[in-house]
Amino acid sequence: MSMRVTRPGILSLLQDSGRLGQHRLGLSNGGPLDSEAFHLCNRLLQNPTGSTAIEISAGGLQLLCTADTWICLTGAPMPLSVNDTEHDNWTVHRVREGDAITVGFSRAGVRAYLGVAGGFSIAPSFGSTATVVREGIGGLCGKALSAGDSLPYPFLKACKSLFLPVRERPRYLNSLTVRVIPGYQQRTFNRIAKRRFFGAPYTVSERCDRMGYRMQGPAINCAIDGILSEGICPGAIQVPPDGQPIILLNDRQTIGGYPKLGAALSTDVARLTQLTAGAKVHFAPITTHTARRALRLSALRLLKLPLEERRD
Amino acid sequence: MKLQVAGENSLILYLGKDADEATSARVQAAVATIEMTLGDRLLDLVPSYASILILFDLQSVDHMTVMKTLHKALAEPTTRAAGKGRTITLPVYYSRETGIDLEPLAARASLSVEQVIELHANTGYRVFAIGFAPGFAYLGQVDPRIAAPRLRTPRQRVPRGSVAIADRQTAVYPSESPGGWNLVGRCPVSLFNPAQDPAMPIAVGDEVYFEPISRAQFLSLGGDLG
Repeated sequence: MSMRVTRPGILSLLQDSGRLGQHRLGLSNGGPLDSEAFHLCNRLLQNPTGSTAIEISAGGLQLLCTADTWICLTGAPMPLSVNDTEHDNWTVHRVREGDAITVGFSRAGVRAYLGVAGGFSIAPSFGSTATVVREGIGGLCGKALSAGDSLPYPFLKACKSLFLPVRERPRYLNSLTVRVIPGYQQRTFNRIAKRRFFGAPYTVSERCDRMGYRMQGPAINCAIDGILSEGICPGAIQVPPDGQPIILLNDRQTIGGYPKLGAALSTDVARLTQLTAGAKVHFAPITTHTARRALRLSALRLLKLPLEERRD
Repeated sequence: MKLQVAGENSLILYLGKDADEATSARVQAAVATIEMTLGDRLLDLVPSYASILILFDLQSVDHMTVMKTLHKALAEPTTRAAGKGRTITLPVYYSRETGIDLEPLAARASLSVEQVIELHANTGYRVFAIGFAPGFAYLGQVDPRIAAPRLRTPRQRVPRGSVAIADRQTAVYPSESPGGWNLVGRCPVSLFNPAQDPAMPIAVGDEVYFEPISRAQFLSLGGDLG
């Protein structure tokens, strides 16, 4: 029982919740960029947390179903159709053997998650199925999906047709405030540099990928050029000599030598990765205590979001 | 010792300012202590030249608690001797065909190619950090006479197994990649193999020696000249 990839789209990657405990081999985390949409996809399908789904960037994916199952598409609004009939996002749908599943291109936002009941059955490498193309690790032979790939899934007898009420669905806007925990070399940035960073709007540049999001805006200068290479945490804000900050994401390299201002809050990073070039971002400093509270609230919300059942 | 906030669930511990043996030994000792002290609450850590990034489980512990716990644990003299690390010998085929920067490096240092090879091979190197790519180990330190800056323009393609020098660091490229280090030879041993356990023959803290081998030995050990 599997789905066959008939068209891979711009960039489609198998992802679970990411790879932990392998930094010492030089392996990065990988995992879904929009962890909230990924998490909700599995919740809607009643899958164990972190089950393997497809992260679709921009859109264009087409699959052929070889056995009956249920699917769900969450995240950026990409039109979903089964045999040319449009289906709602954030909703579990029955699909049958021979059905063609098409995910069109996003109207707003960048990444969507296509999950299947029970999750795709992919052998983990280094404890995770997360695909990191740069490292050639995870997914199917460490590569992005390509035409002809076969994605197996388990046989399940039943799955409720749950959906996320429209009022609860995230909206994908063109601006965002990213909360930042000051840390690392923050003391080497003077007050003016910090005021500039937290005061002025930045624009998402064209040069963004799963390693990092480069921002454009007022240059912030650091008293030092570089540091002895050290570990980079998720969301770290690195400032190269040109003064244009880079927010480091799931596929970042584990160590680096540019000075860092601190790190962006993970829930905000999830939203950031839904922005396209030209979107406006403001940065706001927060304490570790406030960060912890915000993360707890957001985790609780994801767990408690009311899902409804469709009766057709 | 300095323990600072890095991110929402991470701290960074600084144990020195320079890349040297003594600092590396302190990093190794601290890694053992952190693992012992935090146990399950530790998600991952990244030891490097003079620092350790510590990622912890925010569900069970917060920054303040980790800071207090670690300050206390790291202040105590280590009961367990910091693992001295293992000694690993890697064969290297030093030659003009595998080390295209050998001659410029020799000219720069007013040495012969043979002397450069001898200086590179007759030193024990500490594994200071692993990163950049899976299995890429930063080794130090090379004899100051053969230290050389990175190329002005990095090469598009550095063959897998290439042994290279940048400043006083040396490394083996575990897979083909772009790179700007000066190439002196090639190692036939796989430095990262996902199918093997462990995937890497070396770890931070180990000591690495390079042993010159002939072209024939290189090929018989599975080396690739492509």
